[in-house]
Amino acid sequence: MSIPFLLFFACAFISVLGAVLLIFAREPIHSALSLVLVMMSLAVLYLLLGAEFIAAVQIIVYAGAIMVLFVFVIMLLNAGFEERTDWSKIAKVVGLPFSFFLLLAIAHMLSRSDIGTVVANGAGAPSNDAVSTRALSAALFQQYLFPFEATSILILIAILGAWILGRKE
Amino acid sequence: MEFVTQHPVLVVSLIKIAVLLFIVMTALAYLTWFERKVVARIQSRWGPYYVGAHGLLQPLADGVKFLFKEDYTPPESDKFAYVLAPFLALSLALTAIALIPFGPPNVRLLGQSIFIVSNLDIGLLFLFAITSIGVYGVALAGWSSNSKYPLMGGIRSSAQMISYEVSLTISVVGVLLIAGTLNFNELIEGQRGYYLHFIPRWHVIPQIVGFLCYITAAIAETNRIPFDLPEAETELVAGFHTEYSSFKFAMFFMAEYANMITVSCLATILFFGGWLSPFPDSWTWQLYLPGAGLVLLSVYTAYDTVANLRGIARIQFAVVTLLALGIGVLCLIPAVMPVIQGPFWFTTKIILFLFFYVWTRGTLPRFRYDQLMSFGWKFLLPLSIANLVVTSFVLILPLLRHG
Amino acid sequence: MSVVPISYYLVLSAVLFGLGAVAVVFKRNIITIFMAIELMLNAVNLAFVAFARAHGQLDGLVYVFFVIVVAAAEATVGLAIVITIMHNRQTLNVERVNLLKF
Repeated sequence: MSIPFLLFFACAFISVLGAVLLIFAREPIHSALSLVLVMMSLAVLYLLLGAEFIAAVQIIVYAGAIMVLFVFVIMLLNAGFEERTDWSKIAKVVGLPFSFFLLLAIAHMLSRSDIGTVVANGAGAPSNDAVSTRALSAALFQQYLFPFEATSILILIAILGAWILGRKE
Repeated sequence: MEFVTQHPVLVVSLIKIAVLLFIVMTALAYLTWFERKVVARIQSRWGPYYVGAHGLLQPLADGVKFLFKEDYTPPESDKFAYVLAPFLALSLALTAIALIPFGPPNVRLLGQSIFIVSNLDIGLLFLFAITSIGVYGVALAGWSSNSKYPLMGGIRSSAQMISYEVSLTISVVGVLLIAGTLNFNELIEGQRGYYLHFIPRWHVIPQIVGFLCYITAAIAETNRIPFDLPEAETELVAGFHTEYSSFKFAMFFMAEYANMITVSCLATILFFGGWLSPFPDSWTWQLYLPGAGLVLLSVYTAYDTVANLRGIARIQFAVVTLLALGIGVLCLIPAVMPVIQGPFWFTTKIILFLFFYVWTRGTLPRFRYDQLMSFGWKFLLPLSIANLVVTSFVLILPLLRHG
Repeated sequence: MSVVPISYYLVLSAVLFGLGAVAVVFKRNIITIFMAIELMLNAVNLAFVAFARAHGQLDGLVYVFFVIVVAAAEATVGLAIVITIMHNRQTLNVERVNLLKF
């Protein structure tokens, strides 16, 4: 059991735990915190996959800004607690085992196929190094310049929309 | 011993972590002493004087006081978030210090550089990531106390932090454009060399506007005066840490000072050359500076011991004198002299920055909250973006001219 | 190839996506549903990064960057809408916000 394997299983366990806590938490603030936990463990998984810039962006933007926005809204709206009512019998008796079986089937098919190792036509060979920030920014600003500018306009529209929605009439 | 030779990375890392943690915790404690002394002198009084010679044991007394206070948890508070918030704040603040290089990487023990705990390629970005998560400590503290004043203080404080975080990161991008790397070591190495043979090629000179934006945003980010309305004593009681007592409050306290140290370290690395010396390398007399400085300090403290102090304070200060003398002589040993240069200059620059922090604390009045927010969004952010645009324009001009 | 086979990451991504979908269907608080949507987006990001590693290209990473940015914009507007709903209906229970006009 080498260190990457151990790290992967630890982070996978923590992220699934966070997702389950999100479903079963009584208060929205606990759901928000467990989602932050999921995002941090995903950032570690991105580091394992060699995407260091994306891991940093995930923590700065997703866990450090978007989730802070969620926490602010929950705190400001004092978003009560989830009413706990039982799930219907169908969901418990048929749904849970069925979804578990479905998950097993998907996992089995994924691990048996060579979906991770097939080199599609024109694709590069799987590499072992981390992706440097310089290469990623070169791709972002040369090949994907138009989507970059389009998303900046999208953010501007989102800011305007949030401001208009938040105005006092 | 075979364990040591077979796992050099692990052993040296553990030693570095232990030493760094010890030094940082002591520095935090004595930073409080430093602040109280300097603010007191600005206000024409003495500051801590009686607990130990010249108040040097005051941090110890404060620590003991914090440990013995009653640890009270408000009823109907969110227990999980209440306990999590100070732990989060302190652990993140201490994690950020692990990324800082304290000296050149070529000083090695068992093949590992001893002054650098971790050398990430995206070091600067990771530091900003840690700062972003630090907002949770404040927001959760305000929320979990289940009381009006901490909630308001927490929301205001965290809103202030995320607003000034944007200006902080943008004011640093100018430096990144010049240096072309996010790695701390390479940032420092890029600042070697001299203009006109004696002005060091530090990034503060081309990026003076960026530096001013950075230092303003950094003071706001760490919630210090003049930006500390959310936690001022005359305002919302004590802001987000009103309902905290004893050790949890001490953890918030330590987290604030650790953030101050981190931001000062970042300012020296980005703008003032890190562990590089301001004098050219050919001036070899600068090798004697650390030792000479400490010996002079011990002479001064010896005079103070003999002339001014009495009783037990005299004995304590005599110990301080001997300590300073011992370390000074240690720094004058020819084998140690070149090694100690890097950390010496780094520590000096950090102390100057911390003095600047404490100086503004003692001198300036505080902003009102709406003034604070409009300053951050309407003045500082456009200024940082203008700095970025002008910097990139200046850098690209030679390329445009040559086609 | 990374030491851990890529299919492990894909299975994890599928599990997280499924859990997010379950939360969207079964939860009643609007904000919690929103957070479950963010969870699904994160699961998709993980799959993108895993495939980018598998094929040695960084196009997958660029897509992840854009997904994160668009999720930020969407969260902004969505939470502004949630605050407006709270103002007008005084409830965050998604089953009680079922009339188009008040």
